[in-house]
Amino acid sequence: MKGVWVLSFADVLLLLACAAFIMGLKQMGRKQSAKRGNRISSLGMMAAVVGALFQAETNLILIVSIVAAGTAAGIALAIRVRMTSMPQLVAIFNGLGGLASLCVGFIGLLPRSDPNSIAHAMSAASIVIGGIAFSGSLVAYAKLAGHFGVASVTFPLQLTFNFAMLVVAVAAGAWATLGDAAAVHAIVLVAASLILGVLGVVRIGGGDMPVVIALLNSYSGVAAALAGTAIESPALMVAGTLVGASGFMLTRVMCKAMNRSLSNVLFGGFGAASASSGSQQPTGNVAPVSVEDAYLMLEAARSVVFVPGYGMAVAKAQHAVHELSQLLIANGCDVRFVIHPVAGRMPGHMNVLLAEAGVDYDLLRELGEFNESMHLTDVAVVIGANDVVNPDARDNPTSPLYGMPIVNVDMARCTIVIKRGMGHGFAGVDNALFTLPRTRMLFGDARSSVAKINEQFVA
Amino acid sequence: MITELLLILLLAAFLGVELIHRIPSRLHTPLMSGTNAISGITIVGAILCSSVEGPVASVVAAIALFAASVNVVGGYVVTDRMLRMFDVSETAGRTAATGHQTDETET
Repeated sequence: MKGVWVLSFADVLLLLACAAFIMGLKQMGRKQSAKRGNRISSLGMMAAVVGALFQAETNLILIVSIVAAGTAAGIALAIRVRMTSMPQLVAIFNGLGGLASLCVGFIGLLPRSDPNSIAHAMSAASIVIGGIAFSGSLVAYAKLAGHFGVASVTFPLQLTFNFAMLVVAVAAGAWATLGDAAAVHAIVLVAASLILGVLGVVRIGGGDMPVVIALLNSYSGVAAALAGTAIESPALMVAGTLVGASGFMLTRVMCKAMNRSLSNVLFGGFGAASASSGSQQPTGNVAPVSVEDAYLMLEAARSVVFVPGYGMAVAKAQHAVHELSQLLIANGCDVRFVIHPVAGRMPGHMNVLLAEAGVDYDLLRELGEFNESMHLTDVAVVIGANDVVNPDARDNPTSPLYGMPIVNVDMARCTIVIKRGMGHGFAGVDNALFTLPRTRMLFGDARSSVAKINEQFVA
Repeated sequence: MITELLLILLLAAFLGVELIHRIPSRLHTPLMSGTNAISGITIVGAILCSSVEGPVASVVAAIALFAASVNVVGGYVVTDRMLRMFDVSETAGRTAATGHQTDETET
């Protein structure tokens, strides 16, 4: 019994690491303490790594040099990335985490002297989840970087095929668990999980990307926790599960912000459902506005709210928008930014872009807290957002968007929509906002349109 | 043993949900990249696995080690960069505002 009460140095480091992850996550929930929280969590990671190095029996020099190489690569990527490419980088890092868990699971299935069926089952599960996180994140990266478009890719019997792959993976996992585990099981598991990840994410369209990124984030945590259970490492189990749970919560928040269920996002093609009902909307009169008139509206306004969407990111208009907001503030106008939770391609995408441009964090408002005061706003400026400002989502039960929380820009005294043309948003639905009498359409590229308005202010 | 392992998972799952409950959406991206870095904890698993013998295991462990260390370090650094930007945007926003005011008085 004596041994139970003796803590090794590695155990102490492990406990410190877990405490640091929990405290760090807690502090990341508030803006004032978020930076400190992230640093505490990174110190915890360092403690966990040092503790593991104490336990490692061989190859210390090799291990340290590989970690050093990975560190250099990670720092190089993290320092170089532009904020506009942040969703892609998050996807890459996430994929690498999944790959690592897949590898640890793979080693767990290799034949060894002390076979353990629980460890085999957990290793198999970590291969499957880690593999999905890895290949899924790579597809997400390719979509976000625009390598093959963001549209949803579907083919006949896709779901059946995916299901068959899942059955193959489960069968291989069960075989490895019940019988003798061998490399062949691990290879089948790896192949099936990689295919599952690719096929699962390839069918997700651009506007649903925030949900998928959050879900893949959750998967990489779950994979780490499973790998940790296989090798009985509490550090992996605790940290992985924390990430898995928080990623899952974030996924739910994203789904709620679109009023859709997770299975609807993953298995239902949004475009297919809305194509039929989209055409029945009569197109009313659209009132275009010139840059000069838009300037006059803004110049006279006492309060202006900006509603950015993915189109602002595409046009790289955030700096011009920031400049306009500064000109308006200098003009004595009350300026706010309202950001819909699913605007952009990852959770919080618009906030990062606006912060990069220098927009004051205190000007940013969340959907719920601002909607009540929208009717007091003189001008709402919609920049590259579409579905998240469609009043049909609130008022028209026949709309495919019905029930999705929106920014009530139609309740502002007037609205300027900056848009390239009359194209549809991601959902492929007509936007009732565009034909309302108080809405003015400013057609053109978001960045140059806003820049022209700025010139009017300065002139 | 399996009960203890499952208990750890269960408690950590509830804790994770509680910690993230009602986080403002403004912080979603740093939260995601920060937790992403934490999921690179597999680096510990990779170190522990590196003692498994055999050429296949060694190569796979090396891949895991490299991938996880990129994930961990890159994730923390980029999150820190992002959060520092959130801080800077307040001060930068104010100086830019005063800058524009002087511009206007000049023209």
